[in-house]
Amino acid sequence: MQTIALSEAVAMIPDGASLMVGGFMAVGTPEPLMDELVRQGKRRLTVIANDTAMPGAGIGKLVSAGLVARVIASHIGLNPETQKGMLTGKIDVELVPQGTLIERIRAGGFGLGGVLTPTGVGTLAAEGKTTVDVDGKTFLLEKPIRADFALLKAHAADYLGNLTYALTARNFNPVIAMAAEKVIVYAENIVPVGVIPPDQVVTPAPLVDYLVAQGGS
Amino acid sequence: MDAQTIIAKRIAQELRDGMLVNLGIGIPTLVANYVPAGIHVFFQSENGLIGTGAVPEPGMAHKDLTDAGGRPVTALPGACTFDSALSFGLIRGGHLDMTVLGGLQVDAHGRLANWMIPGKMVPGMGGAMDLVTGAKRVVVAMQHTAKGSPKIVNQCSLPLTSLRPVDLLVTELAVIGFPEGRATLLETAPGVTVEDVLKNTAAELAAPKEVAQMSLGD
Repeated sequence: MQTIALSEAVAMIPDGASLMVGGFMAVGTPEPLMDELVRQGKRRLTVIANDTAMPGAGIGKLVSAGLVARVIASHIGLNPETQKGMLTGKIDVELVPQGTLIERIRAGGFGLGGVLTPTGVGTLAAEGKTTVDVDGKTFLLEKPIRADFALLKAHAADYLGNLTYALTARNFNPVIAMAAEKVIVYAENIVPVGVIPPDQVVTPAPLVDYLVAQGGS
Repeated sequence: MDAQTIIAKRIAQELRDGMLVNLGIGIPTLVANYVPAGIHVFFQSENGLIGTGAVPEPGMAHKDLTDAGGRPVTALPGACTFDSALSFGLIRGGHLDMTVLGGLQVDAHGRLANWMIPGKMVPGMGGAMDLVTGAKRVVVAMQHTAKGSPKIVNQCSLPLTSLRPVDLLVTELAVIGFPEGRATLLETAPGVTVEDVLKNTAAELAAPKEVAQMSLGD
């Protein structure tokens, strides 16, 4: 794990990159990373996340700034700008049932070739998908998803990069930490090793590549 | 009593002690206001919380403690939090005793459409498809008609949420079940006749000779 300045962390992300972003309606989304992506004016990003929040918050900031070309999410209902982008063809939106999306990400991070889920069988969510019968029950074969970068928000990171989360801000964060080439974390608190007891560590330090530096030099 | 209150009060009568229950956005959320006395229910929010409590007092909201609509909530004693994979494992894995969801249409076999209106409203399914597919019991809370036009129809014109039929449909006029895959009138709301219900229902609806009156737990 390496600490890195916010601007340098975001400078590593090229135009056209795929990003997994933690958060659920912006709760648990690393806002400083969103703001810096906008400031650096990244282009043609693919965003993989539960939702696109709302204008002015979380991933909504990326959508409003026109940085996003593609979205894989379960819900865009509270962001009219994403919906407009979808209807006008400016943003390619793939809507995935929430439980399927998190399992596809988990499969990507856990080395699995996909997951079989009953969710979506016989609905629009099944279009173009292979069905598999197991013991007389029908499932959809859902393929794994990975990304170039995972952008996480943690409640606390210790000096090694062990992470813990707060309340409902956990959501997608620990799962995306497993499924990207590079994991960048913004933590609300950076604490000495040991402050997070072993049983409280949710994301183990070796998964974290970069921790955004805070405070003085 | 307004339509939403009737629906919420009636659904609250379906709660049993110790149940794990997920309430959707809208009318379903109101069910939590009418939990019968002496019953303890665990409410799940699919963003990662069991033990969801009421809206916090002014000034007491926590930015990292919200419901699945992103609104501030409280956590009751004994609450716990978890990630989205566990949350949907609870839902899909048959650990959720009951889910209450809103609806756009329900068909004569109990199949629900509640996640999109093609070309008009494409919010995404969120957790709805998993909830309807995986919960042990699925209860739909919806107004009987939309601007006078029936929402209970022979066949949904809107995209289905799941092929799995719902277990119970509660409107401000009636309680409808789907025994043997057939819409059947179980109860009418106080002051509502069987004819009133049939008149407002487009689906073929079986109506036994004697239909019970809806209990609102008052």
